[in-house]
Amino acid sequence: MQAKPDASRIAIHAALLAALLFFLLPAYFAVVNSLKPLEEIYAGNVFGLPQHWSLDAWAKAWSRACTGASGCTGLSRYFINSVIVVIPTTLVGALWGCLNGYVLAKWPFHRSNMILFVLMFGSFVPIGLFLFPLTVIFDRLGLSTTLAGLAIVYIIYSLPCALFFRNYFTSFPGELIKAARIDGAGLFRIFWMIVLPTARPILVVVVIMQFTHIWNDFLFALVLAPYDSQTVTVGLNNLINVTEERAEYNVHMAAALIAALPTALVYIFAGKHFVRGLTAGAVKG
Amino acid sequence: MAALTINNIHKRYGNAQILQGIDLSITDGEFLILVGPSGCGKSTLLAMIAGLEDISEGDILIGGQRVNDLSPKDRDIAMVFQSYALYPSMTVRQNIEFGLRMKKVPKAERETIVARVAKTLQIEPLLGRRPAQLSGGQRQRVAMGRALARNPAIFLFDEPLSNLDAKLRVEMRAEIKALHHRLKSTIVYVTHDQVEAMTLGDRIAVMKDGLVQQFGTPAEIYERPANMYVAGFIGSPTMNFVDAELARDGLGWSARIAGLPHPVRLALAPDEALAEGRVTLGIRPEHFHAAQADAPGAVQVSVDLTEPTGADTYVAGRLGDQKVTLRCSPKHPIRPGDLAWFGIDSSAISVFDPSTQLRIGSAGHSTSH
Repeated sequence: MQAKPDASRIAIHAALLAALLFFLLPAYFAVVNSLKPLEEIYAGNVFGLPQHWSLDAWAKAWSRACTGASGCTGLSRYFINSVIVVIPTTLVGALWGCLNGYVLAKWPFHRSNMILFVLMFGSFVPIGLFLFPLTVIFDRLGLSTTLAGLAIVYIIYSLPCALFFRNYFTSFPGELIKAARIDGAGLFRIFWMIVLPTARPILVVVVIMQFTHIWNDFLFALVLAPYDSQTVTVGLNNLINVTEERAEYNVHMAAALIAALPTALVYIFAGKHFVRGLTAGAVKG
Repeated sequence: MAALTINNIHKRYGNAQILQGIDLSITDGEFLILVGPSGCGKSTLLAMIAGLEDISEGDILIGGQRVNDLSPKDRDIAMVFQSYALYPSMTVRQNIEFGLRMKKVPKAERETIVARVAKTLQIEPLLGRRPAQLSGGQRQRVAMGRALARNPAIFLFDEPLSNLDAKLRVEMRAEIKALHHRLKSTIVYVTHDQVEAMTLGDRIAVMKDGLVQQFGTPAEIYERPANMYVAGFIGSPTMNFVDAELARDGLGWSARIAGLPHPVRLALAPDEALAEGRVTLGIRPEHFHAAQADAPGAVQVSVDLTEPTGADTYVAGRLGDQKVTLRCSPKHPIRPGDLAWFGIDSSAISVFDPSTQLRIGSAGHSTSH
């Protein structure tokens, strides 16, 4: 009788271990090879630990690797462009979504359910559909020469995150808003002073998702960013496509890791809140 | 402080009639209770006074000024909610002064007001805490403090005690009453608890189905209920309803109860123009008193059950073949199975028309509809 739960326990752990290896192996592969000199990889040491540990590939990926016609200055300027775009768009997009979600949940207006439906519908439409019209609009408005245009698009396309906030605020007690209205606070002040401070868990969730989503975006960045200020995903793509004599796999791995680092860090530092936010409201209501 | 007048108020959601013409008015400093079962429209009416719900028809006047089109903050009211509705991210102090900050009251003045309110409600040690760190009773106090700080013309209470345990509820009830005595403020208080209604109110509006069934002082409502609904709603144990035949003789009006040898004499005026026929007598449990078998007007009750509560013993029994509940002194020895004799305090009997359920007789007839 006692053997049964043990067997299932072993099976569960084995499955988890297999999944862990499956997902960890590429990361291991990237980290290990980014720390080797190129000769070592070409000599056949692909899976093993480096014989000579070296950060040269990282340094090159950051500041010296060639990324096509735009020169050989590494990922650094792409990275900085990404930071410039991602941070304001994530914050503005999340706050904007939060405000919209609050209004949709707590200040119903004529046809507000219709808007909710359109929002949901919009989040199911593939973004590729909008690329061509957007390039035309960008051209007409003169936005194609500045990163601000890309930022605006990211903010507009973060609108469906209002749904997360809307669902979160649905369980927000209506009496609190009534009390604040009687106390003389208006829609925005209630949002800022009473609703927003209670929304931290869901804000963290949305910020992480927005950050990851925008940081990793390739399609909009490729098409809409100005030629001389592209973002890190495009930079990474360029870097890997440029081959001088032979492919510098160690540099490629380092570049990929550099490009992935910010999202990984965001998960590591905010992950605790992420889980908390995802399960918030699951217990009650 | 101000008077409140409610004129022919209607509330409709689509085709649903929530309130169908409410007329109420109280003077400055009166404590008005809106009481009724859930769904009777009492909370909707309160929200309309507060300005949180639109008025479909009719007028609300606060201090003589029509407030229909004023936003809640401009109506000079404060409201205490059932859930207390304390702002969770703010301390008690910030909660209490929030309304003052919105009104741009200077900081020094705010501090004076918070100090005074905190002293009144004895919540000074709590000022630095957040609502999550407070007990139910403390939250209730803070919610009242937030209302007090605004010093409004009218206080609105929406079932403020229903989330408290029984003991605390009685304490807070007494405190609210004491507060009203001290502040002489105008209060509108919604409850479904008839004990709260009777103990707190200067005037009570008993509501049902979007209508005021009766509007009067607690004594009027208890002693001269306007209809059988009010009669049954107020009072515990509930009023006994006994079917009888109304008859007039040389001495005036009396009621004949099936199975009893003598008719019960009623306190209706002899010249009252009434039709003889079927009526329902409303007799409160305490209007029976133990009597000798040969006392005039004594009736016999066969006892089914006794429920000693300490101060009183409730006796469930049958008068003729109709069920009644009596409130007796625990000293009076009554056991199930007994046939006991009781006198009825006939001046306290209410008489209702069983078809309209309305009170019969002009004495104390004070309903708004």
